[in-house]
Amino acid sequence: MNRSSSGWSLFDAKPGKRVLPGFALSMGISLLFISLVLLLPVTGLIAQTADMSWSQYWAVITDERVVASYKVTLWAAFFASLFNGVVGLLLAWVLVRYEFPGKRIIDALIDLPFALPTAVAGITLAALFAENGWYGQMLALLGIKVAFTPLGIIVAMAFTSLPFVVRTVQPVLEDLAPEDEEAAVTMGASDLTVFRRVVFPALWPALMTGVALSFTRSLGEFGAVIFIAGNMPYVSEITSLMIFIRLQEFDYAAASAIASVVLMASLVLLFSINIWQARYLRRLHGR
Amino acid sequence: MHKQARLRIADQAWVKWSLVSLALLVVALVLVVPLAIIFVQAFSAGAETFWANLTDEYTLSAIGLTLLVAALTVPINLVFGIFLAWLVTRFEFPGRKALITLIDIPFAVSPVVAGLLYLLLYGSNGWLGGWLMDYDIQLMFAWPGIVMVTVFVTCPFVARELIPLMQQQGREEEEAGVVLGASGWQLFRRVTLPNIQWALIYGVVLTNARAVGEFGAVSVVSGNIRGETNTLPLHVELLYQDYNAVGAFTSASLLAGIALLTLLVKSMIEWRQARQQATPALQTDSH
Repeated sequence: MNRSSSGWSLFDAKPGKRVLPGFALSMGISLLFISLVLLLPVTGLIAQTADMSWSQYWAVITDERVVASYKVTLWAAFFASLFNGVVGLLLAWVLVRYEFPGKRIIDALIDLPFALPTAVAGITLAALFAENGWYGQMLALLGIKVAFTPLGIIVAMAFTSLPFVVRTVQPVLEDLAPEDEEAAVTMGASDLTVFRRVVFPALWPALMTGVALSFTRSLGEFGAVIFIAGNMPYVSEITSLMIFIRLQEFDYAAASAIASVVLMASLVLLFSINIWQARYLRRLHGR
Repeated sequence: MHKQARLRIADQAWVKWSLVSLALLVVALVLVVPLAIIFVQAFSAGAETFWANLTDEYTLSAIGLTLLVAALTVPINLVFGIFLAWLVTRFEFPGRKALITLIDIPFAVSPVVAGLLYLLLYGSNGWLGGWLMDYDIQLMFAWPGIVMVTVFVTCPFVARELIPLMQQQGREEEEAGVVLGASGWQLFRRVTLPNIQWALIYGVVLTNARAVGEFGAVSVVSGNIRGETNTLPLHVELLYQDYNAVGAFTSASLLAGIALLTLLVKSMIEWRQARQQATPALQTDSH
């Protein structure tokens, strides 16, 4: 959420003697905490899935209803992050480039989806987009139904991950050196050409990072989605909900198998984004 | 910046105002209206009903449990966040970057999966849970389990706020303190803490917001026992599913209030930093 946080992998200290105190203590506490809180719980998942045979595991994770939920989740997350890419770029551009009344309040409000509990977002969006809701009524005139359809999933995912693109593009846009842009404008290039050839290439790594973060978050979103999705099997059921349903059926093995797929997908995404971010930051700063 | 305005793209008045209007429209539709409707719905049956809903026995017990969870989670993650940030920004060691990536795991993992991991390990079927059962200790479907998953979900926030700042500030000041003979605690108290206090406050506020509002992970391990293991977001869900929308939005409005406070604290800290950065810049300009 912090604007500077996209820059933290830059750190590049010179190796030297450990002058400062607390190395052993902070190492001990950090490793203990990470092992107990983050790593140890994974062993439960491994133990549970290890009890299954490969064919059982495969049958659970390729079950027709589960595969339908992967598709719904992936497509909804794709469209939600696409929407956030466009809207996030617009918001970042307006907040960095222009002065207008109420700018600070808008800037502060951007983080609302991160601060608002997802269940609250869920019932609020469901109320707005329901057939008798403020938005639902208007959309009904156009023949569009959002609540209790896959469209509702996209709306919920887009809402909860809206700040990512804004907060990754904003600092890059602020630091953008004006020389290239000015030179191009002076030489008579049209605004659109300058944006396409000069500004956008400088922004797109940050934009991609933001979209990828938004996508990752959307894949895992649960609270906001279940209230508005209608949760119809094969149609509007997300994978997180599939896990939840299997748990309520006390089918821990199936829940674990599906969760292992989700967990691996999100870890691969996380590590890819981190590597990609470190690489483009290095290029950006010529290191 | 204003002097260069003519050399930059999209600075014509009509372009500027169309983009600003578009952005304002998006912010109004996506953020302001949903925020407003929470309070509209909460008060839709009058202030008396609002008060009655708020002081309902189960609502009060949900508020109590939510406060307990936050009161335990925040200090745990505060201590961990400080030690981890100290470790990765003040020392060089192999695996340092891997450690920084590891603490991002809760951001990438779906909350439902997070809850499941804990349930599998500490539930009565889990290898640790079974052992705890022998000693009559029940963690899952009870408040300790809720605290545990909340610690998992919120553990990156303090560290992620501190790490970029402490990297940027470097370790010279603390090294000077060591040379002057300060003890570890004096060093932290007198040198580090004044430098990081605002980031620390913001990290705490974020941890608190998420701890109070966590839904997916908590709903897996809670068991949803009214008056016992029901946190405020779970209470929102229960009321909503009971078709008590006004009651649900009453509890939701409390959570929205906390979200707004979070945004306010964030903005105040950012404006403070902007002022601090602006002042020295003005001084060098006048030279």
